[in-house]
Amino acid sequence: MNSGWSRFNVTSIVLGFAFLYLPIVLLIIFSFNESKLVTVWGGFSTKWYGSLFNNQGLMDAAWVTARVGVISATVATVLGTLAALTLTRYTRFHGRVLFSGMVFAPLVMPEVVTGLSLLLLFVAIGLDRGFLTVTLAHITFSMCFVAVVVQSRLVTFDRSLEEAAMDLGATPVKTFFQVTLPVIAPAIVSGWMLAFTLSLDDLVIASFASGPGATTLPMKIYSQVRLGVTPEINAACTLMIAVVAVGVIAASLVNKRREIQRQRDEQAAQQG
Amino acid sequence: MSNVALSADEAAGSGSASRSILSRARSALLGRLVIIVPYLWLLIFFLVPFIIVFKISLSQTAIAMPPYVPALSLDDGIGGLFAQFGEMSFDNYVWLTEDALYFNAYISSIVIAGISTLLTLLVGYPIAYGMARAPSTLRPTLLMLVILPFWTSFLIRVYAWIGILKPEGLLNQFLQGIGVIDDPLLIMNTNTAIYIGIVYSYLPFMILPLYASLEKMDYSLIEAAQDLGCPPISAFWKITFPLSLPGVIAGCMLVFIPAVGEFVIPDLLGGSQTLMIGKTLWNEFFNNRDWPVSSAVAVILLLLLIVPIMIFQAAQARAQEQAR
Repeated sequence: MNSGWSRFNVTSIVLGFAFLYLPIVLLIIFSFNESKLVTVWGGFSTKWYGSLFNNQGLMDAAWVTARVGVISATVATVLGTLAALTLTRYTRFHGRVLFSGMVFAPLVMPEVVTGLSLLLLFVAIGLDRGFLTVTLAHITFSMCFVAVVVQSRLVTFDRSLEEAAMDLGATPVKTFFQVTLPVIAPAIVSGWMLAFTLSLDDLVIASFASGPGATTLPMKIYSQVRLGVTPEINAACTLMIAVVAVGVIAASLVNKRREIQRQRDEQAAQQG
Repeated sequence: MSNVALSADEAAGSGSASRSILSRARSALLGRLVIIVPYLWLLIFFLVPFIIVFKISLSQTAIAMPPYVPALSLDDGIGGLFAQFGEMSFDNYVWLTEDALYFNAYISSIVIAGISTLLTLLVGYPIAYGMARAPSTLRPTLLMLVILPFWTSFLIRVYAWIGILKPEGLLNQFLQGIGVIDDPLLIMNTNTAIYIGIVYSYLPFMILPLYASLEKMDYSLIEAAQDLGCPPISAFWKITFPLSLPGVIAGCMLVFIPAVGEFVIPDLLGGSQTLMIGKTLWNEFFNNRDWPVSSAVAVILLLLLIVPIMIFQAAQARAQEQAR
């Protein structure tokens, strides 16, 4: 018997997933706790969600975070896709090594360093810290993640499709929008979502790059967590998890449907 | 100009000479734009900031806003620039070597990140191995389940552990409830809490590259070894582990590099006596408002990380070449 799906493997997976999910599950459960003590169960209640919506500071921060997230993810997706095209299509130009270095380095750069350097740039060019600077900072680090995601799709892209389109007289621009873009669209969508969650998630870079009037949700949560754990924060975290989970699951369902549709089309094409 | 190009677009296919020159020129220009836009963006918002960090790390602290005396500014013209070379100093770096705080913070960051990376490898390897050997219909779901926590906020995942680890927290309640311990374990605000936090937060980064290399492996090699009488454990060390080494290296770098500069985990889970360089930089900047010294701390942190980053980049480049 060498199926490999042995008792050891099953055990390690079950334990591993328990470790990954238990803390999040506990956090969600205790957001419905009646008691003000986070770790003592006092009965079921949704009152913390109610008080959350009355907390003007948290609501403002959530609104700032949502706007920064949407704007920065959208710009980062455009720039990241361009960067991915550059990396895969233009293998020879001046400063290519520098360019790929600048795309990959932010992925592993300590956040404190990125945050500090951006802040010093904003001070040097005299840009007031606030909404704009947080958005610029988020675009910069998330475009690199988008570039990596899109690039991994472009590497496996069959370029003969583009060549065929151009041979048939399509301009490069038309070819890109009608042939290349539809094929890499799933990667672009996941790139956007990644950029959005990175922005939603970021505390350190936002703390450096932000100024008065542009407090993001993680900054707000962080400052409250430092004062102690409260059920209200649990409720805020649960809502953030719900937003992301719905987004990720919806995206994967859409991807799956597209995939099935594509397979059907291919089969139909082969039979026809 | 653009109208001409557009109408040429409409009639694409027949091919007159003047139009093909025009469209070629236009596509060359577009090709250049594809490169130039992200290139310029990264130059301005990634490279230039680092040059500024380096510059400010050489300047002197001042009580002003911004709180430093600029080094190498062009305000006074070229002559002033030369005069400033004299004022430029490595004082901040000398200060870093004189105060044991910084040295200890660097060392303890590397030690904590190193121990956490090993622990993450120990926890992640069996999971990745189990996933790679799971029935192939189950693998996409398992993969999705590993990635899903990564989408939830880092801060939230670290926060979740506070409620579990603190003295009156859930772990102690549970252990006392089943009678394993009498007195609560003091895990919160110790290095152990930091290890747990790092292992937990970075586990997906370890599992994914490990899984990628384990899934590609040809398991008939193991069967062959076992048929020839090799015990499973030595088959693992002689075949499986060496073949998964690219995944091990990539995973370890993906955990180690960010863990060295980690701020949130030591700040929320670690104690006040825990020194980590990310936290030191943060305090230096936000509490002491010493921008030149925090810049110098950042420069040294980057120098420390250059070797692991280069290992990681080389591994990435190799993987990319293989994928082609």
